[in-house]
Amino acid sequence: MAYTEQELEKELQNKEYEYGFYTEMDADTFPPGLNEDVVIGISKKKGEPEWMTQWRLDAYRHWLTMEEPNWANIGYEKPNYQAISYYSAPNTKPKYDSLDEVDPEMLETFKKLGISIDEQKKLAGVAMDVVMDSVSVTTTFKKTLAEKGIIFCSISEAIKEHPELVKKYIGSVVPHKDNFFAALNSAVFSDGSFCYIPKGVKCPMELSTYFRINQAGTGQFERTLVIAEDSSYVSYLEGCTAPSRDENQLHAAVVELVALDNAEIKYSTVQNWYPGDKEGKGGVFNFVTKRGLCEKNAKISWTQVETGSAVTWKYPSCILKGDNSTGEFYSIAVTNNFQQADTGTKMVHLGKNTKSTIISKGISAGKSQNSYRGLVQINKRAENARNFSQCDSLLMGNKCGAHTFPYIEAKNKSAQVEHEATTSKIGEDQIFYCNQRGIDTEKAIALIVNGFSKEVLNKLPMEFAVEAQKLLEISLEGSVG
Amino acid sequence: MELKDKLMSSYLAFEEHVDLDNDIHEVRNKAIKFFENTGFPTKKMEAWKYTSLNSILKEDYSIFPKKEDAIDYKDVKKYFIHDIDTYTIVFVDGIFSSHLSSTTHDKIDACLMSSALDKEKYKPIINKYFNKIVPEESMTSLNTAFASEGAYIRIPKNVAAEKPIQVLNFFTSNEAALMVQPRNLIIAEDGAQVQIIERHQSLTEHPVLTNSVTEIYVGKNADVDYYKIQNDKITSSLIDNTFIKQERDSNCSLHTFSLGGKITRNNLKFYQHGENCNSTLKGVTILEGKQHVDHNTLVHHTQPNCESHQDYKGIFSEKSVGVFNGNVLVDKVAQKTNAFQSNNNILIDDTASCNSKPQLEIFADDVKCSHGCTIGQLDDEALYYLRTRGIPEKEARALMMFAFANNVLSSVKIPEIKKRITKQIALKLGVELGFNL
Repeated sequence: MAYTEQELEKELQNKEYEYGFYTEMDADTFPPGLNEDVVIGISKKKGEPEWMTQWRLDAYRHWLTMEEPNWANIGYEKPNYQAISYYSAPNTKPKYDSLDEVDPEMLETFKKLGISIDEQKKLAGVAMDVVMDSVSVTTTFKKTLAEKGIIFCSISEAIKEHPELVKKYIGSVVPHKDNFFAALNSAVFSDGSFCYIPKGVKCPMELSTYFRINQAGTGQFERTLVIAEDSSYVSYLEGCTAPSRDENQLHAAVVELVALDNAEIKYSTVQNWYPGDKEGKGGVFNFVTKRGLCEKNAKISWTQVETGSAVTWKYPSCILKGDNSTGEFYSIAVTNNFQQADTGTKMVHLGKNTKSTIISKGISAGKSQNSYRGLVQINKRAENARNFSQCDSLLMGNKCGAHTFPYIEAKNKSAQVEHEATTSKIGEDQIFYCNQRGIDTEKAIALIVNGFSKEVLNKLPMEFAVEAQKLLEISLEGSVG
Repeated sequence: MELKDKLMSSYLAFEEHVDLDNDIHEVRNKAIKFFENTGFPTKKMEAWKYTSLNSILKEDYSIFPKKEDAIDYKDVKKYFIHDIDTYTIVFVDGIFSSHLSSTTHDKIDACLMSSALDKEKYKPIINKYFNKIVPEESMTSLNTAFASEGAYIRIPKNVAAEKPIQVLNFFTSNEAALMVQPRNLIIAEDGAQVQIIERHQSLTEHPVLTNSVTEIYVGKNADVDYYKIQNDKITSSLIDNTFIKQERDSNCSLHTFSLGGKITRNNLKFYQHGENCNSTLKGVTILEGKQHVDHNTLVHHTQPNCESHQDYKGIFSEKSVGVFNGNVLVDKVAQKTNAFQSNNNILIDDTASCNSKPQLEIFADDVKCSHGCTIGQLDDEALYYLRTRGIPEKEARALMMFAFANNVLSSVKIPEIKKRITKQIALKLGVELGFNL
């Protein structure tokens, strides 16, 4: 029997958020509200040194003077920043040395996520730093990494144990006054990951962090700092999920990457925060500032698969400061139901012979809005800068929208900048062809979408690519009109 | 006194000269209130991100020019497309110059906005069309408030205008600094055809600021072909606001040649209101020195089966700044839309800069929309090839730039304009072209 449109629609509506469960755990949660005391409280709770507390307070005071940006092509009810709890830690501290000691309930949570730690341990040697409600629960493979001199730990640990590194680099790429959400994050960030790759070291495994928002009414403000010393290499993965809740949860993260001379950082994200239900109720607000700084001959590559969040506001950027540095951005953003995404990148060319590539694929279905917003800036001294941008959008159904807002600024005559964008839909003839060959409509769409996003999927590390492919299928199931 | 305050007080003086009972006056009052509240656009506004008006708002402009300055035809002949027969509507310092013009009421109306606004017989038309598609923005409201003079062109049903119509604005040295606000209304009724050429030209080095608004209504199956020639003095600035409403099966193409002026801002908006419309927006910008051209375009597709083509080319050298902000908006119902947008730029040296922001906003799924944007330089290998064939570098560069801009010129339907622009480009590039196009 043919798969009718109604059936598809029904299935789509019944498709519950696969990761929507809530783990009952005692959590040490701050009462909602934000003031200087809360900022100091967070800092104290984490046992931070004086300079860090001061830094947070600076950011907080500046944040008070700032206004929430509203230029993005998204509409949402502004969160009440006084109704959010700014700190929530699972109450099962202190840290564990081995997995056996971990709260079995928490392990169960990870299992449900399909990322059980022991499984991950076996999987291709991925070292994980799991951040649940902003506190890093466990770091795997730490010893292996330590042998190479690689530091991979939670940022709070790094503040205590490697203050000189943190002090030098934190806020160097994303200053605490950068924007509204970055300032908020700087003031109240609870945890995050810190990664340091020494000179000439090629990190032997993929480093990975998994974020999860568990507690109701909490915001997640994690801060990630990755430093790659001269001629080093690291590939970093980040994944996120949140349980389904009616109210909107807030996620305002800051990620800073520093790639020194000849270093290479590959940063991949699979973002699958709870997108809200089919009525557009609930879901995570994802306001993230991600930026990388490239010194001479360095390379930073951002790859992202964005399938979740009710609202996404995210522009992973590269500052190509050193000569011959390279920035790359590969993105797939999928929106369904009432999701809104305003995402893209900024490539700021400062050095000579700098290159950047932008490949962005947007897929919108249901009643969602999907925007690409990008900036390519070639400064006066950036001789022979080269940029290639390609933004393709795929529309499914006639209730969604796809938008492109590229900003291109050139101040150097030797610059070569190209931008291309197309918008299309899945052709009826393509689906018909697949149907003819015995592939049902649903599968055909998955096939076509996969083909559409292949350029980006290919850039993901193996395990992530498989997961991302699955995510694409889940997010788009039954969304063809 | 700040220009804004001056304009506000001028408005009171202006009210004494116009008929307050006219329906239009209500529109003017509303517009001036809007302007009073918003003021001049600033760089903080997204649409003005790359263009600051500060440098031109400092001047102490006269708002109401004195009497018409007698200029001889022979002095300004070169600014006319004089080698073909045309209707001409000429304004000197914003005031109609009868001896330079040749207006008509025979079959078509090519005359003055002031008489259209005042005379009873035009009332139904003015009520139907005046200020109906102009969005409420600060510069357009300012123009609406002071709207009194400009070109009024109406082509009745199924009439093809026999000859092109030229609208020329000259500025003399009567005032130390002058601000003019022409208001044009162009109506091509169902099945009508017309070609219009618009030009703003300063005759001296006195600062001039023109804030012009043009409304163009294109009826069913009508065809409007519009050319804007902007090659003004380095002291003159132009804020041009042009709004076009197209009914079904109509064609409208608009070419903008921006070759000079201190700050030139083109707000060009096409609204398609029927099926099967075709809109063409093309532009060539060649600048040097401290000049600034900003093209801000919008094509709003509201009905199915329409097409739009945007093609803007820019060549920038010596401190000049080029801005392109193109927007294509496709509504949910506008299925089968074909929209193309392309912006190509060449930077000649490092002091010039170029900002481009081609936007697509699409709400319909069965559409073909694409945009492309490049910023680059002349291809060294092509240049080398030409030089090996004995063409000196300068000529070779000119040839290549010429070829670059040629796409836009190829769709110009009046051969005399094409010839002129070709010559202008050659002149600007500083070479004699050994061929005629």
